Amino acid sequence: MASGEPLTSSAYIVHHLTNLTVGQGFWALHLDSLIVSGLLGLVAFVGMSMLARNATPGVPGKMQAFVEMLVSFIDQQVKDTYHGKSPLVTPMAITIFVWVLLMNTMDLIPVDFVPMLLGLAGVPYFKVVPTTDPNLTFGMSLSVFVVMIVMGFKVKGFGGFMHEVFTVPFGAKMAPVNLLFRLIEDIAKPISLSLRLFGNMYAGEMVFILIALLGLWQLPLALPWALFHILIITLQAFVFMMLTIVYLSMASESHG
Amino acid sequence: MNINATLIGEAIWFAVFIWITMKYVWPPLAKAMSDRQKLIADGLAAGERGKHELELAGKRSADALRDAKAKAAEIIAAAEKRGAQMVEEAKLAAKVEADKVVAAAKAEIAQQAEQARAELRSRVADLAVAGAEQILKREVDAKAHAEMLTALKQEL
Repeated sequence: MASGEPLTSSAYIVHHLTNLTVGQGFWALHLDSLIVSGLLGLVAFVGMSMLARNATPGVPGKMQAFVEMLVSFIDQQVKDTYHGKSPLVTPMAITIFVWVLLMNTMDLIPVDFVPMLLGLAGVPYFKVVPTTDPNLTFGMSLSVFVVMIVMGFKVKGFGGFMHEVFTVPFGAKMAPVNLLFRLIEDIAKPISLSLRLFGNMYAGEMVFILIALLGLWQLPLALPWALFHILIITLQAFVFMMLTIVYLSMASESHG
Repeated sequence: MNINATLIGEAIWFAVFIWITMKYVWPPLAKAMSDRQKLIADGLAAGERGKHELELAGKRSADALRDAKAKAAEIIAAAEKRGAQMVEEAKLAAKVEADKVVAAAKAEIAQQAEQARAELRSRVADLAVAGAEQILKREVDAKAHAEMLTALKQEL
């Protein structure tokens, strides 16, 4: 628990759930989310690209074998689900899985650790887990949405896309209903994608904070929850990636 | 939990990371993996070929061994035959030589016997003459009787 001035439980919780923000209104920026997600991504992807540059088709080193295992696993998922030809899908799936996994893993750092250290340096708030920030999850899911729409147009052409929008699933006579269904379906996709990740990680973080409030009892409780949470961390990263692949494959296959 | 410009920032991060992955991470790794796949496939094929070749070589070597054995047996048989022949020839030659030696020896013996006989003959004649001399004392004319004695010698 943060020390110093007397804190109520709710103040403690609110403190932990407040982003480090600069700016006002819409143009405010959550620096903590941007910095942590950016740093994790840079370390992971620049590191991976350096490793990939030295990748050898001969006997791979341990690190290369690990990364290859990871990316070929993701590539297999893509191949199983997505049958189009876009070269974007596999890199996108790799990015999503690795990045989300790393950001979720920040949840395993004890809740007070980073805020207290940075507090000593004069930083008032710091939320360490970027995926508990809906800005990030929506930023990702809306990007996926844009890719999905563009891919739909590219694969089916404007006519084909519109034909699908107005005739599936009930045929041309029910065009307005079809359009409505399609709108609901497509809007639901990015929202469910981002809220699922956000909700899971936010709730997990909240449980960690509540456990941290229990005083001595947090010791036997934090470990099991952390162990359990490892499952959620991996699962949510996988689900986000998998659903992205599914949406993109739906966008590039006609619905009959 | 308010939506603000952070969303745009995160979308930019997302795009940057996808770009890095698409340009620098995935293609080299995919290439390395497919190259390795080919390498392994080639290696397996080469191994299979090697095994096949080994089999063939084994068969060939067995054939060669069998041929060599047969040839060796043939050579040994020929050598034995030749050996027997040579022994036979040697025996023959030895026999001829022996016959020659025997013949020579016989001839020599005959010659020596002849010689001995001749000597004996002359000695007998002398002895006979001496005996006759003893018997006849001086009555005998050696010259007159020499002819008769020679005829006698011839008869002996």
